[in-house]
Formats: sequence, C-alpha cells, structure tokens
Amino acid sequence: MDIKSSSASNGSPADPEVSRRKFFVFVTAAAGSAIALLAGVPVIGFVLAPLVRRPTQNWRTVGSLDSFKIGETVKVNFTDPSPLPWSGITAQTAAWLRRTGDTEFVAFSMNCRHLGCPVRWVAGANLFMCPCHGGVYYEDGSVAAGPPPEPLARYAVRVKNGQVEIETSPIPLTTFKS
Amino acid sequence: MLKFLAASWRFIDDRTGASEAIGPMMKHIVPRDARWWYVFGSAALCCFILQVITGIGLALSYVPSGGDAFQSLKYITDQAPLGSVLRGMHFFGASAMVLIAAMHMAQVYLHGAYKYPREMNWMSGVVLLLFTLAMGFTGQLLRWDANGVWSAVVGAEQAARVPVIGPFIAHAILAGDTIGGATLTRFFVLHVFIFPAFIFAGVAVHMWLILRHGISEMPKPGQPVVPSTYKRDYEARLQKSGVPFWPNAMWRDAVVSLIVVVGIIACAVIFGPPVLTTPPDPTALNVNPAPDWYFLFYFAILSMLPANLETWVILGGPLVVILVLLFLPLFFNKGERAPSRRPWALAIVLFVSTCIVILTIYGAKSPWSPDFGALPLAQEVPRVPKSHSFGAQVFYDKGCIYCHEVDGDGGHRGPELSSVGGRLTEDELTIRINNGGHNMPAFAGRISHDELAALVAFLSEQGKKAVPPPSQTQNIATASGVHQ
Repeated sequence: MDIKSSSASNGSPADPEVSRRKFFVFVTAAAGSAIALLAGVPVIGFVLAPLVRRPTQNWRTVGSLDSFKIGETVKVNFTDPSPLPWSGITAQTAAWLRRTGDTEFVAFSMNCRHLGCPVRWVAGANLFMCPCHGGVYYEDGSVAAGPPPEPLARYAVRVKNGQVEIETSPIPLTTFKS
Repeated sequence: MLKFLAASWRFIDDRTGASEAIGPMMKHIVPRDARWWYVFGSAALCCFILQVITGIGLALSYVPSGGDAFQSLKYITDQAPLGSVLRGMHFFGASAMVLIAAMHMAQVYLHGAYKYPREMNWMSGVVLLLFTLAMGFTGQLLRWDANGVWSAVVGAEQAARVPVIGPFIAHAILAGDTIGGATLTRFFVLHVFIFPAFIFAGVAVHMWLILRHGISEMPKPGQPVVPSTYKRDYEARLQKSGVPFWPNAMWRDAVVSLIVVVGIIACAVIFGPPVLTTPPDPTALNVNPAPDWYFLFYFAILSMLPANLETWVILGGPLVVILVLLFLPLFFNKGERAPSRRPWALAIVLFVSTCIVILTIYGAKSPWSPDFGALPLAQEVPRVPKSHSFGAQVFYDKGCIYCHEVDGDGGHRGPELSSVGGRLTEDELTIRINNGGHNMPAFAGRISHDELAALVAFLSEQGKKAVPPPSQTQNIATASGVHQ
C-alpha cells in the first residue's frame, strides 16, 4: 500500500513520504558505516600495528675475541631482536664475520643483494657466491660478478669486554632507484 | 522406506524450492557442438574443489607456527596414515589446476570465446588465474622447509623494489624485519582464508556470467561476432539446435574430471609429495632455493636480466602481462573467432607456450647458478695426468669448477673450458684469471704465483692432450677445438 501511494506521489521534496524514505536511507547508511567503523578500528589496528612499531635492535654476542683468526671469514649465528615464543629455529639468523685486525671486524649480511638468497663463503677462492642466480662478491663484500646491484650489506660490530658483538638489523632490502 | 524418502524429498524440495532454483541452471541450453573442447573449465573447478578438500585434511594436522610447522609436515608425511598421499594430492592437484587453467585460457583465446558479450567472463577468469598462482606461491611457502623460508625472503625482496611503499610491503610480507615466528602465520592466513575466499567469489561470478551469456558456440570461419546482432542470432541458433547442459553436455565434464582426479591420485601414490628439504633454519646457508615448477620460467627470466633493467622488469613485467591479459577483450571484442582466420592468435599461443616450456626447462637446469655439487677433478684420476693434478686441485679449490665445465664436470655459468688450451695462450689465460672479465671475478690477489702457474698449465693442456680422452665424442670435440 505504502509503495503504491509513494509511486503515485508527485516526488516533490515537500512530499512527506519522500522525505521519510530519505531519512530511512540515511539511518541505514549511518548505522552501517558506524558498524564498519566500530568493528574496523580494532581489526585494522591489530593487523597494522606490527608494521608501524619498529622493534629496538639489540647487540648480540657471537663469540670471544680470540676465537676469531685475523683474515678469516666465518659464519656466526645469533638471535633476532625480539623473537616470538613460538618462533623456534626461525628466531635465529646468521652473518659472515671477518676479522680484519686486532679489534677490527666486518660483519656481512648473508642476504644476496639481488633477491635475498643466502650467499655462501667459498674459502679457497675468497669469494661469496649466491646459489640462486650466480651473484659473486669479493671478501670485502663488493660485487665481483653476476646480477647483484649493490655490495653485501654490513652489520655493526663491536668488541666489548673481550667479546665480539653484532647489532641486529633488518634484512637488507634492495629498493627502487630510478 | 523408499516411499518415505521420496515423500521427505518432495517436502524439502517444495518448502526450499531447490529444484525450481537449480533446475533451470543445470538445464540451460548449450550449443550442440559444445563438445570435448569445453571441458577445461569444469576440470579446473574440479581441481579447486579437490584442493579445498585435501587442504582441509592437511590443516587438521598442520601447525602454522614458524617453529613447529616443519615437524608437523614431517609427521603428516612419515607417520600419519595416508598423510603422504594427501600431501601428494594437494601438490599434484595444485599443479593440475595451474596447468588446466592455462589450457582453458589458451582454448578460450584460440576460439575467440572472450569476444562480445563475454568480455567479463574472460576478465574474471584472469583474476581467478592470478589467485591460483598466488595460491601456488603461498602453498609452496607453507611447505616450511629451507626452500619455504627463502621463498619468503625472495618474495619480500621483489616487493621491496616497488617505489616508495616497497619496504613497507616487504615488511608486511615478512611480518617484521626478518624471518621469524610471525612470517609463516601470515602466509597461512593468505593461503587458507583470504585467497580461497576470493577464488570462491571469483568462481561464483565466472559461473553466473556463463549462465547470463551462454556458452559460446564452436567458432565458424565467416561467422564474425557483430555486437549489434550477436545476441539475437545466438538465441535463434540455440533455440533451433541447442541441447540442455544437464545431462547432454555435462557427462563429458564428469568423465574428464574423473580422468584428472585419477591422474592426480596416481601421481600422488607413485611419485609422492615434494620432498621436505632441510628444516627452516635461517642460519643454514648451504641451501639451493628454487621455486616449484610453475614459477621456474620466471626464475629463469630473472637470471637473464641485465642489472640496469632488472627493477623495471621485476615491477613492470608482471604488471604489463596482467594488464594486457585483463583488458584484451575490451580492445578485440568483435570480428572473426575461428583460429583459421586469426593466424596471429595461433602464433601468439604457440610462441608464448614454447617460451614458457623452454624457460621452464632452462629454469630446472638453472645453468646460471654456480654448481656447488661439483667434485674435485683431481679425484678423477684417469682424466688428469699426474703432472697437472695440482692445477686441477687449484681449479677446484678456487671455485673455478662451480662455473666452468671441464670434461663433463662442473657448472655452466661460465664458458666450458674442455678445449680452452686450443683457444687461449698461457699469457691470455693468466690475464683472464687475474683480471676477471665479463661476469667473472678477478682472481689477482686471491691466488698465489705457484697456484696460478699450475692452473694455467692445467688449463692450457685442455684441448691438446697427448693422451686420448676416454670417450669418442670428446675426442672429436677436442680434436676440432669445438666447444660450447
């Protein structure tokens, strides 16, 4: 009955039935938006919060000073800055550590700068080689061959109380350069 | 009893209106000539349903936690009854789904079935294909072994190349700064909830559009699509000679789907699921990450790019391909449909499929990678004369063999050196080794004088050996100085 009467109405804004309907549309849209907003804030906040919050980096001890020989490059393992309780083995990470002097060290990220695959140290040749697309780096991390656009990234290293420490840092990302 | 069941069904059917709603859809009229060419879509759908079922089965035992997933996969594979078969079915089901969806697309393209009024049928199909590939990538990653870990890193590194927001996306993919406990969970949610939801919705749209526009007829040369008259002519032809989909056409879909499912199960039983490599330990660096077969062609493309083009291809390549596929029907929506009148369409399908096959084979061999599995040549006593065994040892120790082949051993990244003695003098060899060259590291400073002398002596002997090599073919190759 209502529908009939409105389709017969003249449609002018003054028509009470038309303004009633406009009001209903407004109420429905407002209620729907409010529901989306109320539910969306906690959900989206929960999803996005970890992306915005940067974990503080830590210094990790990787061995005593005298356990590294000058001129040698060895793999050292250490734990991520803030591992989750269920991370298990995935909380670990590794770096290539080279002792260059009495208290001088260079720590290279193991991620190839091409696409992030793990480079391995070929001691006989003094080269880092990547198994994915054949990137090769010299012992100082500079590119020797293959597709990598940049030298291997480095971690901060320090010697403290006779212990060698590496500062954790994010996986190096090769970003856009026009 | 039978009477009671029949009466119950009549009650349910009357109150729900099931037959009334579904009957006309099942019995919609399809062209009489819609025969074996038209089975790919339903076979792909059958694969998807199989993936959902086997996936639910696997999810009952799979633990989506970075620390425990590998153990739960070991349990499913080695201990759970039929677990190995279930994993195998999920893997080969995925392979079949990718393959059949690609065949479906090629068939629709060749037959010009994407033309007016079915443009959106094609576009929704492209979206479904993209989600299918996304499922393939995330699924491979959920096989949380060393390969899974590095797949996540490689995925994040590629995303990081996007201008401005790249690092943010990479951070979102890894669920943090590094691989960790949250990384796997993220991919689990994508693979199990989000992407399947899009596929369900996409299938619904795709099938609704089939009902709305009807199945296309077999293309006939000289019967072009004219948008202004197409619908009327199509209806008229269908009224004259069409048959109901159920059961006149559907039995073929059922038979082909059966063959596909039997094939998937047979592969799962015979070949088993993909081997779990080493545990997901980010500190274990002796790994050789490689994608599953359906991404090997892309793996190969990435290896061949010059560095200055790389970012552009990584970002632009997929984007251009997606846009071209997506909007193809909007630009070519009328005219001839028959492959015989569209030679370019035939040529494109042949060219693209040949490229993908060749690149896939190339990607499987990955000759651009150093071959870390190569054994020292010095161990192969008969082929290396005593006088050169030190040089052969240097060839191994310095990693030359990872990239260069000598007499059938070694990698393929660099040129084969089986006959290098015939091509380069000792001086040229010395210069090349010291200075490096195109894609070869310079060894000056990382090789001693004695080692270099022995290595050069060993290499210049290659190709002009006094002792005949063991096999006849090598003899011919070395005598003529031919090398690859």
